[in-house]
Amino acid sequence: MNPLLIAILVVFGLAAILCVIRIVRGPSILDRTVASDVLLTEVMCVLGADMAINGHTRNIPVMLIIAAVGVFASISVARYVARRDNTAP
Amino acid sequence: MNVTSFLELAVPAPVAETIALVLVLLGAILCLSAAVGLLRLRDVPSRLHAGTKPQVLGLVLICLAIAVAQRTIGGMLLGVVIVIPVILLQFATAPLSAHMVGRQAYRNGTIQAHSLVVDEYAESKQTPPAAG
Repeated sequence: MNPLLIAILVVFGLAAILCVIRIVRGPSILDRTVASDVLLTEVMCVLGADMAINGHTRNIPVMLIIAAVGVFASISVARYVARRDNTAP
Repeated sequence: MNVTSFLELAVPAPVAETIALVLVLLGAILCLSAAVGLLRLRDVPSRLHAGTKPQVLGLVLICLAIAVAQRTIGGMLLGVVIVIPVILLQFATAPLSAHMVGRQAYRNGTIQAHSLVVDEYAESKQTPPAAG
């Protein structure tokens, strides 16, 4: 197996684990929203990496839909979060 | 040399594959830097700062890798045309969500007020606007 491929796998996995740690630990709901947004963009990056490594373009519609719709999660959470959600860290 | 034969010129397969893998690795490292910043920084606006910028650059690099992996010149041009909408959508929506989350974080008080150098938003906290 190509060493570059192994490095890509390790780096993507590590980034996803760090995002999940922040989602679990995040003191307020906004921290969790930011972390899940990062995780969603990383899913897009993994889909794109799959296309670049295997040399096909079948995942492009999925990436388009995620890029277009993923923003609504953050916006709706930020819109409806309570004004006094002042959780102590 | 006519246009069709120019479009069918191909980069050798190992070269194109290695360039694509290096670009994907750079994008993955940018994703990792976003995640590390998310874990290390202290309050919501600084985590937003880490979470919105390197990600998008990593996505651009990976989209370039998709185009390079098509190998022929025509395939690369077609690949660039295919990935441009993804990049444009990401450029358009990342600041939107960051703006909404950052404003709500300021109103919630989940920021460290003493670490701000300038606080131009303080007057609007006295009389909050009607729209959320």
